[in-house]
Amino acid sequence: MDVGASWYLVLAAMIFAIGALGLMVRRNPLVMFMCIELMLNAVNLTFVTFSRELNDIGGQVIVFFVLVVAAAEVTVGLGIIVAILRRRPGITADDVSALKG
Amino acid sequence: MLSAVWLIPALPLAGAVLLLLFGRRLGEPWAGWLATLMVAGSFAASVVTYLGLADRSGDDRRVLFRLWEWLPVGSLHLDVGFLVDPLSVTMILFVTGVGALIHLYSVGYMHGDPGFHRFFLYLNLFAFSMLMLVLGDNLVVTFLGWEGVGACSYLLISFWFDKMPNAVAGKKAFVTNRVGDWGYMLGTFLVFSSLGSLTYYAKDGSGFLEHVDSLPMVTATGIALLLFVGACGKSAQLPLYVWLPDAMAGPTPVSALIHAATMVTSGVYLMVRVSPVLGAAHAWVPDLIAWVGAATAMFAATVAVSQRDIKKVLAYSTVSQLGYMFLAVGSGAYVAAIFHMVTHAFFKALLFLGSGSVIHGMHDEQDMRRMGALRKFMPITAATFIIGWLAIAGVPPFAGFWSKDEILLNAWETNKALWFIGLVTALLTAYYMSRQVFMVFFGSPRWNDPIEADDAAGSVVDMVGDHGGSVAHGDPHEAPWTMLTPLVVLAGLALVGGAVNLPVVNRFEFLAHWLEPVVGHGEHHGTSTTGTKITLAVIATIAGLVGIAVAVAVYVQRRIKAVEPDILLRAYDYDRVLAKVVGRGGEDVAELTATVIDKGGIDGIVNGVGSLVQAAGQRLRTVQTGYVRNYALGIAGGAVVTLAWFLLRTGF
Repeated sequence: MDVGASWYLVLAAMIFAIGALGLMVRRNPLVMFMCIELMLNAVNLTFVTFSRELNDIGGQVIVFFVLVVAAAEVTVGLGIIVAILRRRPGITADDVSALKG
Repeated sequence: MLSAVWLIPALPLAGAVLLLLFGRRLGEPWAGWLATLMVAGSFAASVVTYLGLADRSGDDRRVLFRLWEWLPVGSLHLDVGFLVDPLSVTMILFVTGVGALIHLYSVGYMHGDPGFHRFFLYLNLFAFSMLMLVLGDNLVVTFLGWEGVGACSYLLISFWFDKMPNAVAGKKAFVTNRVGDWGYMLGTFLVFSSLGSLTYYAKDGSGFLEHVDSLPMVTATGIALLLFVGACGKSAQLPLYVWLPDAMAGPTPVSALIHAATMVTSGVYLMVRVSPVLGAAHAWVPDLIAWVGAATAMFAATVAVSQRDIKKVLAYSTVSQLGYMFLAVGSGAYVAAIFHMVTHAFFKALLFLGSGSVIHGMHDEQDMRRMGALRKFMPITAATFIIGWLAIAGVPPFAGFWSKDEILLNAWETNKALWFIGLVTALLTAYYMSRQVFMVFFGSPRWNDPIEADDAAGSVVDMVGDHGGSVAHGDPHEAPWTMLTPLVVLAGLALVGGAVNLPVVNRFEFLAHWLEPVVGHGEHHGTSTTGTKITLAVIATIAGLVGIAVAVAVYVQRRIKAVEPDILLRAYDYDRVLAKVVGRGGEDVAELTATVIDKGGIDGIVNGVGSLVQAAGQRLRTVQTGYVRNYALGIAGGAVVTLAWFLLRTGF
């Protein structure tokens, strides 16, 4: 069975959809965070796929950038989430709606 | 000897600067002495200049001094320079002479005033501005002085600025004068645009007065009329006279110096200075000037008949006499105008200073109904005042007789109606001045009598006592020597001042010969025979004596009941009508602008934009739910839409 590029792309699309859906339906901030990671890595997967398909190293370079940015984001984001959860245990994302207009 | 000219304005300026810096430290009376000394020095320099100029032959009597280049802009070249000719020298002589006397007087009059040094600072600044006005060799330097004297007039009218009426009177004078200045400035612009020069006379012959012949008649008429508007404002002619009676709120020496002797005559000076332009204009322009002058003279003389305030009588009298001068200018009798200006400076300054002495001696009482019999208490003041009275009433041989007679003669030769108005005015002048003298110096003392309460009348700006204190009467007292000396000197001048231009023999007409190089070309030369002249002089004298006789019958013998209608006391309600028409009209426009245009229009736009944004924000805030999933959905939706758009555009 030949695993073509479209397989990877479909997989990436599915992972991205799962992530996006999870972000919208789940309320636990940690889970939402993991959903974002899913989405990011789904995109990474498409980059790598196209990089290989088009024989262009640029896509893989971008992946590294995405990973670095994601790591930085996790550091900050997790810090905030942990701080919030410490203060108010069991909180959901909907409870933190102070930015409501 | 002429090189001392720059000292003439420089000395009062130095005095003003010194007083500005050290005035408070000098204090009383040294600040006053310094100022007096400066103006006296200026007078000495004027005399030297006069002698230097008299040394030259007739046609050579025009000397130009260029101090420095002031405004070299394009084709406009303005220098700060002096024009020394018989006209300007005549002016500086009496401005500095009378000015020095009034400075001396003020040392006594302003005694004990907290603003003593400030007063002399303004007074010196005024002398400087007035001398710049007179000596300036172009219209702009003259305008500089013109505005300077206006500013000093404002500062001195509202000298006691903590009193509302004084502050209002100062503002009124300033604002009214702006109307005149508007005419002056437009006239200046017109001169420059049509002749390309603002200098009166230049060494290379490029002065604008030397080229008026090349002017189209319409342009010359425009220039003459616009400058006449300026002169009307400064010299208090109809319809702009309203500020002068209220200007009496200032200290009395100010009334004497600025609002009688010098500043208010600068309009006449300007007209005489630009007399070639008047000559080049349509013939009806001089007629208009003569008629405005005659109307003002008559109008103010009737108003003076009913005034109760000792200074207001003199104020309206000044307006009336200035009208005489314009009547002379309009008749082409420039020499007579300047002659009357000089004699008027003598006797009106004398009368004002005399009234100041009375006010001083009466402890700031200005209502003539509360005076009387003062000749027993202040004999010197009374004697000098009486000389002033006889001079202004036109009794020979006092100064006023000669100058007034000259004007009437010229009016006769121009237009009999003008002469008749002038004659009636002369009669009224004699009448109201006699009324004043009898009310103040004769009769019975009345300062302890109660006054019937009828103070509803009076001008818009009511006067308050000079020093503004509450009136507590002791017996009146004679003034100190600093005040009496100027009175005596001026009385002497009012007595013999006519000698500068005696029309008896041609040789005695000193002033006419002296001014000949300046005004000669446009001067009206009389055609009347000696017989006519003498008849006219006799008629004028009789008119004056009739005025005095009527006043004797009314105010001394009390055989005729005094006619002092309230309408005259209120000056025909001119002030009130003016306030209603011009003032109210202006207020209405301002009100309309404030409510309809500003509140409705401008504010409407601004507020409309504001509330639009607010309403939009109110709607949009519901989008901001604060739920992360909603935002995520928004982002996803946005991404889908964008993607769809791109895909549709590429068409797969």
